[in-house]
Amino acid sequence: MDNLQYIFSFNIILTTLRFAIPLTLAAVGATICERSGIINLGVEGMMLVGAFGGVLGTHLTGNPWLGVLFSIACGGLVALLHAVLSIRYHTNQTVSGVGINILAVGLTVVLTRVVWGTDGISGTVQQLGTMSIPLLKDIPVVGALFRDQSPFLYLTLLIVFAAWFFLYRTKAGLRLRAIGDHPRAAATVGIHVRKYRYIAVVVCGMLCGMAGAYLSIVQNNLFVNNMVAGRGFIALAANIFGGWNPLGSFLASLLFAFAQALRINLSLPIPDQFVQMVPYALTLIVLVVVGRKAKAPEASGELID
Amino acid sequence: MNKQQKRKLPPLAARMLYSIAAVFLSLILATLVMLIAGYDPLKAFGAMLNGAFGSANAIANTLSKSIPLMFTGFAFAVASKGGIFNIGGEGQLYLAALASAITALALNGLPRIVVLVASILAGMLAGGAVGALIGTIKAKLRINEVIVAIMVNYIVSLFTSYMVNGPLKAENSMTAQSEAINSGYLFSTIIPRSQLTSALYLGIGFAVLIFFLFRSTRVGFNIRAVGENASAAASSGIHIAATTIGVMAFSGMLAGLAGVTEVLGKYGRFIDGFSPGFGFTGIAVAVLGSNNPFGILLTSLLFGALEAGSMKMSYVANVSTNMVMVIQGLVILFVATPEIVSQFAKRKGGKRNG
Repeated sequence: MDNLQYIFSFNIILTTLRFAIPLTLAAVGATICERSGIINLGVEGMMLVGAFGGVLGTHLTGNPWLGVLFSIACGGLVALLHAVLSIRYHTNQTVSGVGINILAVGLTVVLTRVVWGTDGISGTVQQLGTMSIPLLKDIPVVGALFRDQSPFLYLTLLIVFAAWFFLYRTKAGLRLRAIGDHPRAAATVGIHVRKYRYIAVVVCGMLCGMAGAYLSIVQNNLFVNNMVAGRGFIALAANIFGGWNPLGSFLASLLFAFAQALRINLSLPIPDQFVQMVPYALTLIVLVVVGRKAKAPEASGELID
Repeated sequence: MNKQQKRKLPPLAARMLYSIAAVFLSLILATLVMLIAGYDPLKAFGAMLNGAFGSANAIANTLSKSIPLMFTGFAFAVASKGGIFNIGGEGQLYLAALASAITALALNGLPRIVVLVASILAGMLAGGAVGALIGTIKAKLRINEVIVAIMVNYIVSLFTSYMVNGPLKAENSMTAQSEAINSGYLFSTIIPRSQLTSALYLGIGFAVLIFFLFRSTRVGFNIRAVGENASAAASSGIHIAATTIGVMAFSGMLAGLAGVTEVLGKYGRFIDGFSPGFGFTGIAVAVLGSNNPFGILLTSLLFGALEAGSMKMSYVANVSTNMVMVIQGLVILFVATPEIVSQFAKRKGGKRNG
């Protein structure tokens, strides 16, 4: 297809949205987690375990929706490990994240071999199907947004809105933000800091697990070694680029996904690797330009006991 | 994060025992994983030991696999002493590897010693530049170095990937790699027909150098002072920014050597994506070796042995080679969690006494 024609076609919006789904889910997760003041570099590993869990759950039950639930549980479980280590045992949060990422790559491949007897690639399972929304799907042009789309698209939009609403429109959200900025002050006024942090980290892991399931049983129908392939770190970048805000995370994910959509579908005059750099380069530029004034939680990584 | 790192460190012997306990715990958990998965752990670990130390060639393989890890370990340890979390080893080693390959190819025809030294220095310079960049951003803009380093990792490794997919790609090659460097310019092999090269001596040399840097030089003292208490160091007249940038440059050079020795030792060319995460594993190596250069030599040997033994474990006991990553991941988590390990060690000790 002609490049210009493609850019102005509706297809690119659909492709961008599709690429943005896993990034958004993990980035919103990272936002919630880091808002509580816990650094989470293990997003990549949590997504990977989620991707594996999705395939395993579907393989065991034959139902991809149960597979999704399984992936959420798996992601949450790995996150719980990070939470217990960081909060209960005061493990350096960055080191814990690095450890979880390595452990996740190892464990998923070892277990793939246990379950399917193959190295680095699982057997195929049933994919999570698409859905159409009656009436809306018949609208010209925009109707494509409601025709043969993954339920994950709508779930993701819902989660973005819910996370934003929670953080900025509820008392609990206000408390969570307070914990990330001033944990001691929050504890002084009687907020249960640890409880909030445990929940925030685990919710992050569940969203990462979901993001992983999208990669393994929505876009694909199997698990492949290291199939998250750095998307966890792009999601972390999206969270930062979006200013530790669910809506910002979503917009940043869209931007990064747009670059990816261009890369996949166009014969661009610039080398592929430079387009792949976009998320990292933009985030680095934002960090350097905005610098200290970035809206990062002020007490990031700080424990109070 | 700094608050966690500032816990008082026990003396050397206790730290060694502690590291051994962490490894032991990880092996126990790995054994449990194998039992649950229906493997024979004894057979697996036996095969692994055999694959890592069973013959001269196995030992050579173990040593050769430990070389990049000791350099990334040194890199992390040195930065750590200066209070910096250098998670950027991956980017530093990629640019260094590329720079050394380009230099060796460009100087083709000159005497061996000239080419070898120039290529090593070029690599160190490139790795040091990436480190210094991260250090500068941290020191001048006061931005958390972890995030910056992760972004830089991706940008740099994608850049090297572009170079060997594009302008530097070897002619008629199916894979993304540079032209082969004349084999006369590479590190010499210590054991014939193995990948163990004299790069090992470079690693041991740097261990000694780092040891004396921190034991008996003013620079080493300043680095530690900044790492332990930056504001106190500043009030005693140490230039914080210069120290931070300097230590990151040095750290980047050390990580760079991991890339240099892979290119000039193992592969004889730059291969796209050659590092399986040496930069990250180096963090585990350093933490497990309690940031002591000789400790790091030992822990890199341990991790090298795991890698070297994994193939044999895979075909004798049918366990995936990735079991090694499970063990490495567990080691990182345990070694970074003093409370669990010391509880475990105490219980063991208590049993023995009672």
